[in-house]
Amino acid sequence: MNERENVIVSARGLRKEYGSGESLVRAVDEVELEVGRGETLAVMGPSGCGKSTLLHLLGGLDRPTAGELWLNGRRIDGLSERELAQLRRHEVGFVFQAYHLMDELTARENVELPALLAGRTPRGSRRRAEELLEQVGLADRAEHLPSGLSGGQRQRVAIARALANEPQLVLADEPTGNLDSAATLEVLRLFETLHATGLTLLVVTHDERIAATADRLISMRDGAFVDETRLTGGTIGTLADLAGLGS
Amino acid sequence: MQQEVVLAMLAKEPSQGFQLRARLDRALGPLGEAMNDGQIYVTLRRLEKAGLVAREGLACSPDRPERKVYVLTPAGEERVAEWLREVSWPKPDLAEFHLKLIAAAAAGLADPIGIVDMQRRELLRRLRDVQRAQMAEPDQSDAGLLLEGIVLRLQADLRWLEACERNWSDRRNKG
Repeated sequence: MNERENVIVSARGLRKEYGSGESLVRAVDEVELEVGRGETLAVMGPSGCGKSTLLHLLGGLDRPTAGELWLNGRRIDGLSERELAQLRRHEVGFVFQAYHLMDELTARENVELPALLAGRTPRGSRRRAEELLEQVGLADRAEHLPSGLSGGQRQRVAIARALANEPQLVLADEPTGNLDSAATLEVLRLFETLHATGLTLLVVTHDERIAATADRLISMRDGAFVDETRLTGGTIGTLADLAGLGS
Repeated sequence: MQQEVVLAMLAKEPSQGFQLRARLDRALGPLGEAMNDGQIYVTLRRLEKAGLVAREGLACSPDRPERKVYVLTPAGEERVAEWLREVSWPKPDLAEFHLKLIAAAAAGLADPIGIVDMQRRELLRRLRDVQRAQMAEPDQSDAGLLLEGIVLRLQADLRWLEACERNWSDRRNKG
């Protein structure tokens, strides 16, 4: 496999501007990015730093003002609305802070929906939804409405939905933003399982807990990347020291 | 480890050293691995000398040698009750780090933001390790609750580092 095939997303001089003249804002400012296949990448930064805008550009929810953007070896910055809609349906999965589930549909129906929209048969869509709910540990909640699920369970349904059309890339925007610590742990466990299946995951977040589990961590300020870290290597001291059990 | 911890773990029932160890292991999970048996026995001996613990022979079947169990003395029971009423909390040592940044900046010896970055990486690595241990714990485990406490403290420290970074970059930008 050559190096190009190992890269799923690549951005060159990516820029997104809003407004003009005096009030021009560069929400994304000359970003250079390569995401490897199977990588879990976290982008952290204060609110307003441009991380959500970046995510929208990468997922074809918005178009860049300038720069090149490649997904799965195809240049996507110049695609038409129609082509972008296709791309969103088949090539990427989205996970949002507020889950964005349809309240009047059951968990299973929510997960089925993207597969149906992408033209799968009702039977095939249903089977896929059942598999995915099994995978996220919610097979026994398949017929529940979102209102009957906890926050952590809703987010797991939303993650299952993001996987409905077997995307190679999942983009998540503050996926643990509304969750307490036990539910956050559920989502982290699930991300870990998905990571092991080779899924590429790009998360923009405030949450240090997600950042700590990522393969690579990028800090963003004022639209630009300011720091990049790989959390390899060990720590000073042991877990026991952290709990005050050190001798 | 505090002597009182060993003492209080004994309050449930007279126990042998290995039983105490098992109780601590259940409560601490992977964090208990760092503890060695020797530590527990040394502590028990110290408590015995202090009159807080006594050793008693355990009646057992005639074909087996007599076993010794540790029991709390009345003084030991009183010490445990006192310990439960005490309010104590580990002191976080933030002042040292804070002064490190001030000193480095004042003398122009190092970039405070670089120091903050290094520290942040170390804390994120710790958070990664603690979370790994936490994910491996079954739901509702005692050790999971302790790990949760460590996670929350690390998060608080990381947020403070974020505030440090903001503050020092503002100062730099103002020149």
